Amino acid sequence: MEVSFYLIQILNGVSFAMLLFLLAAGLSLIYGLMRILNLAHGSYYLLGAYVALSVARGTGSLLLAAVAGTAVVTAVGIFMERVLLRRVPRAELPQALLTFGMLLIIGDLALWIWGGTPQTLPRPEALSGAVRVGSFFFPAYRLFVIGVGATVGVALWLLQEHTRFGAMIRAAIDDAEIARTTGVNVSLLSTVVFALGAALAALGGIIGGPMLGVYPGADFEILLLAFVVVIIGGLGSLKGAFVGALLVGLLDTFGKARFPELALFTIFAPMAIILAVRPTGLFGGR
Amino acid sequence: MIARAGGAVAALALLPLALSSYQLDLLTKMLIFAIFAMSLNLSLGYAGLPSLGHAAYFGVGAYTVGLLAVRVWDNFWVDMALGLAAAMVAAALFGLLALRAEGSYLLMITLALAQVLWGVAFGWRWLTGGDDGLPGVPRPAAGLPLSLAAGPRFYYLVLVCFAGSVAVLGLIARSPFGHALVGIRESARRMEVLGYNTWLYKYVAFVLAGLFAGLAGNLFVYYNGFVSPAYLSIVFSASALIMVILGGAGTLLGPALGSAVIVYLENAVSAYTPRWLLVLGVVYVAVTLFAPEGIVGFARRRKTGSA
Repeated sequence: MEVSFYLIQILNGVSFAMLLFLLAAGLSLIYGLMRILNLAHGSYYLLGAYVALSVARGTGSLLLAAVAGTAVVTAVGIFMERVLLRRVPRAELPQALLTFGMLLIIGDLALWIWGGTPQTLPRPEALSGAVRVGSFFFPAYRLFVIGVGATVGVALWLLQEHTRFGAMIRAAIDDAEIARTTGVNVSLLSTVVFALGAALAALGGIIGGPMLGVYPGADFEILLLAFVVVIIGGLGSLKGAFVGALLVGLLDTFGKARFPELALFTIFAPMAIILAVRPTGLFGGR
Repeated sequence: MIARAGGAVAALALLPLALSSYQLDLLTKMLIFAIFAMSLNLSLGYAGLPSLGHAAYFGVGAYTVGLLAVRVWDNFWVDMALGLAAAMVAAALFGLLALRAEGSYLLMITLALAQVLWGVAFGWRWLTGGDDGLPGVPRPAAGLPLSLAAGPRFYYLVLVCFAGSVAVLGLIARSPFGHALVGIRESARRMEVLGYNTWLYKYVAFVLAGLFAGLAGNLFVYYNGFVSPAYLSIVFSASALIMVILGGAGTLLGPALGSAVIVYLENAVSAYTPRWLLVLGVVYVAVTLFAPEGIVGFARRRKTGSA
């Protein structure tokens, strides 16, 4: 009994952690390259899920829904980077105000279009059952989410460490001016990374939707947890986002199961401790 | 300067004669949020410490007064004093953690800390009433020579607090302490070389900002007769930010102007459409893009002709 409780909680925690990782990775990459703290990052999650919901209902195709959700959000991300964020000074406060404005706009528009009732995205037929491992049954969908998160994690790591594109990103993070003089198109690179971050957040909403539902306020809830992830892991570090996400995902799940009234403390207490010891997070540079 | 300030206060004191009770209510709210915005301006505008969690101290002050008045002892002086003390203690504790960080980390950490309090207010149902909030806070009466329940009298209480806050914050801004804060904002390293303990200066500014935010929270509870987790929310924290920026960060009365504009706008828009947050979002984007120096900054630039 006890063992299965822990196993299920761990599974829930890790699958939630993978969603957080999808958000935190984008948040972190964007910050690393552009020093932009995007408060609208959770809105990409929400918008992706809502668009996918509508397309799934309209066409019945989950694949089409996922593609449409990701595409719409990517377009919004590109618009924000090229049209809005480039026009404000490169300082944290104007960027925070601008992206918070977008958080309000997207959140209220979503409330207007999709209403205030919590909704659930349909999950694929093939993943709706349970998988038997030994004498335990695991929900297949959660295993699928873990698989997607792990795949994205490996892909991002390969991209950053072993491709020309990744080398350009690393060069631009180290010193954008020097990267530019060696022929790296930092402007284009910024847009691509911002779009990639937005797409990952949308993917998080789309695969998280069947598990957690979509509802007004989910944008800010997930943003806050993603912030805790990058505070713990360190902004700008992919490894930090992964480790931080696992920590927050597990703590949040166990906290909610064991001490429902203190759920937030189980996340924030470790955050406060790490902050006191390492103000820039476990893997953060500066 | 003093004559002008006196004139402004006299004008505000005479306004109840000219305004309807509805308009007076709105003006009261503007003054309360002016105190809130001016408090953030001390840490943000002068000391250069951005925060996405300033509602924490507003909310702690509000909940302290609300809980005391409803559950323990409805004495204005005692509740108010404890409300201020609680807000200051919260700022003193949070400041220890938050000021270890800078820039974007500081924004995220202040947000996260305020959100912890929001979570407590939301989840600790038997104490705080959870999501439903805590209704039934009476307008201050006990311990004052006159009951402040009646309309204009409460306005005068708020006006006195507002004028007092302007005076104290103005004195702080003009004091050596205030000048040192601006110096730290402009170049912390230089101030360190000059022998200033920059951390301590920032910390004191942070705690004082929390104290005045608590004052605004105390008044707002009496104003609404109600306290809810919304008082601790990011929307309140960000409202203070936009009021400061819209009015003009680092100017004494700019934030009060920003508060007047936002409170008026919310009132006017809400009469026509439930989409206030959408409009507010557009205001954030528009101010950042087109008026980054705020109203006061814009007016100054026109005056000096350097535009």
